[in-house]
Amino acid sequence: MELIIKNGFVYCPQNDIDGEKMDICVKNGKIVESVSDNAKVIDASGKIVMPGGVDPHAHIAGPKVNIGRTYRPEDSKKAAAKFKGGRAGSGFSVPSTFMAGYNYAKMGYTTAMEAAMPPLLARHTHEEFHDTPLIDHAAYPLFGNNWFVMEYLKEGDIDRCAAYASWLLKATKGYTIKLVNPAGTEAWGWGGNVHGIHEPAPYFDITPAEIIKGLAEVNEKLRMPHSIHLHCNDLGHPGNYETTLASFDVPKGIKPNPAVGSRDTILYATHVQFHSYAGTTWRDFESGAPEIADYVNKHDHLIIDVGQVTLDETTTMTADGPMEYDLHSLNGLKWANCDVELETGAGVVPFLYVPRAPVPSVQWGIGLELFLLIKDANKVCLTTDHPNAGPFTRYPRIKAWLMSNKYRMEYIEEKLHSWAQRRSSIATIDREYTFYEIAQVSRSTPAKALGLSDVKGHLGVGADADIAIYDINPETTDPSNDYMEIEKAFENASYVLKDGEIIVKDGNVVKTREHGRTYWVDTQVEEDIYQEVLADVERKFKQYYSVNLENYPVQDAYLPKSAPVKGVML
Amino acid sequence: MSEIILTPLDQPEVPLEASNIKPDVFAGKTIEEIKNIEILHGNTPVKLSDFFEVTGESSKNPAELKIIIDGDVDRTKRIGEGMSTGEILIKGDVNMYVGAEMKGGKITVEGNAGPWAGQTMMGGELEILGDAGDYVGSSYRGDWRGMQDGTIIVHGNAGNEIGEYMNGGKIIIKGDVNIMTGIHMNNGLIIVEGNAIARVGAEMAGGTIVVKGIVNEFLPGFEYLGVEKDIEVDGQTIPGAFYKFLGDHAIKGAKGTVYVAVRGNGHIVP
Repeated sequence: MELIIKNGFVYCPQNDIDGEKMDICVKNGKIVESVSDNAKVIDASGKIVMPGGVDPHAHIAGPKVNIGRTYRPEDSKKAAAKFKGGRAGSGFSVPSTFMAGYNYAKMGYTTAMEAAMPPLLARHTHEEFHDTPLIDHAAYPLFGNNWFVMEYLKEGDIDRCAAYASWLLKATKGYTIKLVNPAGTEAWGWGGNVHGIHEPAPYFDITPAEIIKGLAEVNEKLRMPHSIHLHCNDLGHPGNYETTLASFDVPKGIKPNPAVGSRDTILYATHVQFHSYAGTTWRDFESGAPEIADYVNKHDHLIIDVGQVTLDETTTMTADGPMEYDLHSLNGLKWANCDVELETGAGVVPFLYVPRAPVPSVQWGIGLELFLLIKDANKVCLTTDHPNAGPFTRYPRIKAWLMSNKYRMEYIEEKLHSWAQRRSSIATIDREYTFYEIAQVSRSTPAKALGLSDVKGHLGVGADADIAIYDINPETTDPSNDYMEIEKAFENASYVLKDGEIIVKDGNVVKTREHGRTYWVDTQVEEDIYQEVLADVERKFKQYYSVNLENYPVQDAYLPKSAPVKGVML
Repeated sequence: MSEIILTPLDQPEVPLEASNIKPDVFAGKTIEEIKNIEILHGNTPVKLSDFFEVTGESSKNPAELKIIIDGDVDRTKRIGEGMSTGEILIKGDVNMYVGAEMKGGKITVEGNAGPWAGQTMMGGELEILGDAGDYVGSSYRGDWRGMQDGTIIVHGNAGNEIGEYMNGGKIIIKGDVNIMTGIHMNNGLIIVEGNAIARVGAEMAGGTIVVKGIVNEFLPGFEYLGVEKDIEVDGQTIPGAFYKFLGDHAIKGAKGTVYVAVRGNGHIVP
């Protein structure tokens, strides 16, 4: 199967291509130098061509997402869609699995990661991946409150902790080392939380800082493709930017050591908007984004994603159990809470980001401040922490906000509470993103951060032929003024190719049942330590777990397109 | 006022969904056009005339249009859903969701109505001369934003969870109710003229419930405030002696009021 995309304006930051008019050749699912005359032609003249979008952090599969679906029928009522030739679906902030796959594809996204997988419930996560068509994906198992991890790190035994991590990643078919409110979710099991990074978890007597540092060392020892993926402590608390800065500093000095990909960072901090709050209470709450952006600008060991608030009614869901309880106490809406034995926990609460309300208006400003104050788009990824700050279907709107100061000012002046301009600096920033920078934050930067830059997020020879074509002519469209056109074009791609196959045409999904790849990390550790740790695991399962060890690992049959990524322990 | 008469031909086993039966849709259309209005038979779109004979005269102004359904439509759901003006008269029984999300106008059901009558009602009047099912004037499943305004009157009995998450408006049940009347209620008024079995006002945070009959069991989360005579609610006086309660204190800061007739209810007073 050969294909040539002719005459498009190509934006591919990884190969320094900035709107150059050129052809892209595709053969057997990969991008190639040239094709024969028999190749099928797609005319992209007057259109933008970008690599397929990569979402490094969303909640689209697994138990807590499913809780969101089942306990919010009113969210299902808000959006329902029938896809010609495909499965019908519903849900605005928590779409059903098929609908999630289709919605991503329509926007030109071909890869999306589930950012929190409870290891014990990995099977459920992979079952939902199985039913999420088209997009490549991976799941991040949770390590930050795991009993094995806390005990090994307490003893200072990095090697054993790494062997355990290696086993768990294989057993759950997980992709990265994810930390959510390290030590805090365990404390929630005792009815509390930790504050700052130096307050220890009860019983285990280990602090968030020790867990972050330990797991960062483990991560590099295992030569993981992605760095540790950190959801900092004190999420959503006024004044938390200090905790965030302190957390950023913890792993500094550790050397990046990936076996694949080209990342040079050792920390990935997620939904930093929720962690950039100054003030002491919700009354004197204000933006701490300039301080955070300044830190990111001055340091090279980390990269962030934003978690942009989209001002919608949505469903919050996170392994940060105590934070969800706080949220439920704040808005009084329904609350689901769960403890996952020995491993983690979770909570789910609906949330209304009312534009006219003071706090959401500032949160909106903080997210955009991060985007615009961080100078280098190689250091920031576009996310909404779907669905926590808003649904991923709003990415086109966020892109339009980034590209048009006029669009932002229209929101600030007409739709938002005056706190947006009084408590954040967003109204004073007139920077506008270029298409190149949009391609960075939604393609090349996340692909590189994930260690997938060999095959994802670019259009160079050898890359997967994941390509999005948008009906925007950069020569005649002025994003500053024509922001609605930009938003609309990014919502419904003209063409989307996945592995060289056309999956979207004119905004409609045309290939509806294709499975995406499941990336997972297959690491190797020294056999002796591995066997010792396995004995530990066996003992703990007998002692504490309510399931048998034999029933725990996810079978290969769960992954129709298994894509192991190698990492090795030196 | 113009009248359109819909005579049910056959009520199928798989129910019809007919939110298009309302003056807002019929107004300004000829009889032929009305016959072609789309309703759902299960998940299949069908024409209104496949299941109804249509006669009468239409009007340009929906406010001057009355739709008369001449017979039982006990397999037809969502009649008058979201209507904003005009009138509907159903001379028989009707299935679920009659008058759901209605904003104005009037619906009268001469027979019985299925569950979810007047769900999340915003305004207007819904009168059911027979019995009604569960969830009269409730919120949509899962939602915490229930009925906002309008009036629902049921002359017979009603089922469980009447006025769930009610935020405003008035519900009058002249017969008996089952359990959990006014659950999660925040505002508005519910009057039950007959008996209520149990859990009246469960987790209510505001609003008023009056029960004139007997309540078998009462919740412990309510504070007893004494006996009041000839109570004043919603600008009218209800004669008789009532026990007054404040609650449900299972909810923080709850300010709901429940009046229960003194006669026959001595067992619920602490």
